[in-house]
Amino acid sequence: MNRRRSDIALAAALLALALFPLAGSTFYLQLVTKIMAMAIFAMSLDLLVGYTGLVSLGHAAFFGIAGYTLALLSPQYEAANLWTTLPAAMAACAMFALVTGALVLRTSGIYFIMVTLAFAQMAYFVFHDTALGGGSDGIYIYVKPEMKLAGRTLLDLGDLGQFYDLVLILMTAVYLFLRRLLGSPFGRALAGIRANEQRMRSLGFPTFRYKLAAYVIAGALAGISGYLAALQFGFVNPEILSWHNSGIVLMMVILGGMGTLHGAIIGAFALVLLQEVLANQAWFGEAAKHWQLAMGVLIVLVALFLPRGLAGLGARPRKGSADGR
Amino acid sequence: MDFYFFLIQVLNGVQYGLLLFLVASGLTLIFGIMGIINLAHGSFYMLGAYLAWSLAQYTGSLTAAIALGVVLTIALGIALEQVLFRHLYARDHLYQVLLTYGLILVFDELRSMIWGDDVHGVAVPALLAFSIPLTENLSYPFYRLAMSAVCLVIAGALWLLIRHTRLGMMIRAGASNREMVQALGINIRLVYTVVFALGVALAGFAGMLAAPVSSVFPSMGGQVLIISFVVVVIGGIGSVWGALAAALLIGMADTFGKVLVPEVSAAIVYLVMAAVLLWRPEGLFKR
Repeated sequence: MNRRRSDIALAAALLALALFPLAGSTFYLQLVTKIMAMAIFAMSLDLLVGYTGLVSLGHAAFFGIAGYTLALLSPQYEAANLWTTLPAAMAACAMFALVTGALVLRTSGIYFIMVTLAFAQMAYFVFHDTALGGGSDGIYIYVKPEMKLAGRTLLDLGDLGQFYDLVLILMTAVYLFLRRLLGSPFGRALAGIRANEQRMRSLGFPTFRYKLAAYVIAGALAGISGYLAALQFGFVNPEILSWHNSGIVLMMVILGGMGTLHGAIIGAFALVLLQEVLANQAWFGEAAKHWQLAMGVLIVLVALFLPRGLAGLGARPRKGSADGR
Repeated sequence: MDFYFFLIQVLNGVQYGLLLFLVASGLTLIFGIMGIINLAHGSFYMLGAYLAWSLAQYTGSLTAAIALGVVLTIALGIALEQVLFRHLYARDHLYQVLLTYGLILVFDELRSMIWGDDVHGVAVPALLAFSIPLTENLSYPFYRLAMSAVCLVIAGALWLLIRHTRLGMMIRAGASNREMVQALGINIRLVYTVVFALGVALAGFAGMLAAPVSSVFPSMGGQVLIISFVVVVIGGIGSVWGALAAALLIGMADTFGKVLVPEVSAAIVYLVMAAVLLWRPEGLFKR
């Protein structure tokens, strides 16, 4: 697909999403809101996996830390302020990314996968075992944050339709931001690191700093999705940091086709909708209880037969291997 | 902390460390020789424990259950390597992560369908079900000592296998240069199948041994997997002796962490890992 055509397709998809609340019921509005938040999560991971060549299996840590930041900053019976809590959540994620990134980026390849997983698990245990975040029960967020400008409420986040709009706007903003970033000299340097880090280093690029910057940006953007998810469901518990969450988002990136930002969005929609379909009791009866089995088999099949994901289905094969090596 | 209390902690640390070694050695062998990152390794541990529990009910003896279970896990390892993992050798780690993540979901769901989601206890064999008195009110269960002994025997057998047998020679050669080994007329695919089945059996066996001590529960695979990753990272990927040293280090750190600083005990092993990464990013015993 050439760029112009894909832009038109994308604009049409966004328009359809913007008009969706006119037609969708509450259930589907909830579902699509959740998916769009996950799409932000998947895009942020795609920056690492697809564009920088860093396969992280600990991305859920950022998702969870942002959610906990909102929960901890929310006063019990009053509304928090979105203008302060969202940046705070992103900053907390960026800090965690900076500290752990400086460590995990000393490793590469298979070590990187294992070490990102291990640090995310450490974050999980911090929230699970200490009283900081209410232990394994988590925390409820009783009042949704406010989004006010000069005393006027811009969007009422307690209203599902208006919250949907916020998530859609943020998803679009993250998409445009990442597209701009990846087209910039910084983004080209990341692509160079992915293709051949040694050569980039010999060209004089401080590759460690570039990778660390990408890691911090990815962490902060993942924070947006974690914040939105915590806001939508009104509670956080340690399970949002669990490595299953990291695995699912990685699955979204690969299913959609990594290294293509719109692929991450497609992957988020495909995976969550697939899960809904497989777990649908009306269609599959008793077998729907075992949707995880079908999901697992599908993941195995994607790994074996669909290395470039759904976004790669329509496109012609590019030169070079599917693995991008 | 008096001497016997200290001794018990040391024994616990060693026992936990040796058990971790069984799981981590398979993980590190599979990576070092075949270049595969296997997230489903913890599932084999979990399957081993459930096999021990259910077979012990059928046969009435844990020993018989373990013997049968080992045969079954070897068969599972061979089947998985032949059908799935064989296609992953030339692929990026990303697809290995993906496929083995899918396998975790499959094994978890199969476990839930076959055995349910309950926690089960497994009885220690009557012959080993006694404790060694240390002082008037402190004693140490003999089964745990026997477990450590069995783990040590297996570590020794692994050493013999890798250092002093023809198969071990092929394994070591295959790890350093696959093409050259093939050119010399050795069936490297067969070596890979053997290594993978060995790794699966080691993880499964560890689960069977641990069943009476830790009981049998659904999330046991994920827990042991991540700690084993830490062990492999500290020890250096591909190094069996690194895995042994790191497993004992982690076993001790975890056991004493739980006694001395219970609030942060879960984070201790990760802090140890972070320290090792700062000092030697490729692990203590990089090959």
